[in-house]
Amino acid sequence: MPSSVKIGLLAMQGAFKKHGEIINSLGHETLEVRNPSDLDSIHGLVIPGGESTTIYKLLQKSGLFDSVKEKIQKGMPVFGTCAGIILLAKTIKDMDQPRLGVLDVTVERNAYGRQVESFEAPLHVKGFTDPMPGIFIRAPKIIETGTDVEVLAEFENVPVLVRQNRILAATFHPELTCDTRIHELFINSLSQA
Amino acid sequence: MSDKLWSERLESTWKTKIGLAEMLKGGVIMDVVTPEHAKIAEDSGAAAVMALERVPADIRLDGGVARMSAPEMIAGIQEAVSIPVMAKCRIGHFVEAQILEALGVDFVDESEVLTPADDRFHVDKSIFKVPFVCGCRNLGEALRRIGEGAAMIRTKGEAGTGDIIEAVRHMRTLQDDIRRIQGLPKEELMSVARDLGAPYELVVEVAEKGKLPVPNFSAGGVATPADAALMMQLGAEAVFVGSGIFKSGDPVKRANAIVQAVTHYNDPGKLAELSKNLGAAMTGIGCDELTDKDKLAGRGW
Repeated sequence: MPSSVKIGLLAMQGAFKKHGEIINSLGHETLEVRNPSDLDSIHGLVIPGGESTTIYKLLQKSGLFDSVKEKIQKGMPVFGTCAGIILLAKTIKDMDQPRLGVLDVTVERNAYGRQVESFEAPLHVKGFTDPMPGIFIRAPKIIETGTDVEVLAEFENVPVLVRQNRILAATFHPELTCDTRIHELFINSLSQA
Repeated sequence: MSDKLWSERLESTWKTKIGLAEMLKGGVIMDVVTPEHAKIAEDSGAAAVMALERVPADIRLDGGVARMSAPEMIAGIQEAVSIPVMAKCRIGHFVEAQILEALGVDFVDESEVLTPADDRFHVDKSIFKVPFVCGCRNLGEALRRIGEGAAMIRTKGEAGTGDIIEAVRHMRTLQDDIRRIQGLPKEELMSVARDLGAPYELVVEVAEKGKLPVPNFSAGGVATPADAALMMQLGAEAVFVGSGIFKSGDPVKRANAIVQAVTHYNDPGKLAELSKNLGAAMTGIGCDELTDKDKLAGRGW
């Protein structure tokens, strides 16, 4: 891996700047992705939390949907949080909401309840010595995982951090904490290119 | 006095409250009065909807007392969409806020657009589980609301006018106020807190970081994609649009265009495209034509 990589932040809507702050603090460059040509120079892409329906519509209207999907299918590393995992998921329970469909999981939207049920909890992540603070906001639940999907963390016996080849996805928000370990995990995975 | 920053000292709920505000950044929050409006908003790409009894332009027109929206209407809107549903309570009306929390709304807007219930005190927002957003015209007002527990601030603008001048004024004033205290020696900050009428700890944090400790959105007067992009270029992190959409000639087209304008706010070529063929914007009222008594932004302190 080059000592510094350039990570694209999908900048349709949502908390992309927070991801950028963490990635920059780790010494890497970021680029806010709003147009298809922005994908040409990046080594990996973050799909942030936000509203998945909003992000999907803007992906379509910006002409990014097909090119992002193709890049991911061709092996571009991608890290999705919250709305990001909904967009990546193959199946969304009880919804025909369009999505990228590249991650072999079934998710249920807003499965922990409304905003008043949003919560924080420490998470044990595979390979981390100390717990990771997990912030769950109107979070989706991963209710099924395919055989190629590795579960890296669970909360109350439900997967919350998963990996499938070059796709890393969380139902919580590491970008809202000062803990950089999950972003490091993502950036380190870029070296396997 | 602790060296710790104020926002780091608060309990977990504070992070989830601010967290939802973070998730709404780069988005458009649209005023809706019916489930049908809410569906149009969601289909256009709104990041959230704001349920209220009447849009601000109608509140101006009709006069009378503007209150919290009816619970069955809010429930209908929650049923109709999957995006967050916000609702307004009157300034100081903590029972309306309790009812909105019981209904499970995702954010409560303690709003000057409704008729105030208390001319001296705002709601103590810190004791609620539901996050609050409040309006401000300057830094002191923003920090007073954050001190009471607001997890998001929106500059007030002048709702229901379709005139952007007050939104610009309030955003510029807020940022000017922040720049003015940024980097001041700490011994000066207690006097700043006194002059602003703001909590000292928050003044210290803003002076150190050069920004508010919670997300800052813009409201009050956005009627066109260009207005929305203007507020984003001036530093708003998301935009509330009230009467501007459903009082325009073609709400669907305009809503779609404003959503895209907030994403592509720095791309004049795209903005030019987006601004084409939208039909009539809301007629609006110039803020200069309003007397002080007609201005909603003066409500609250």
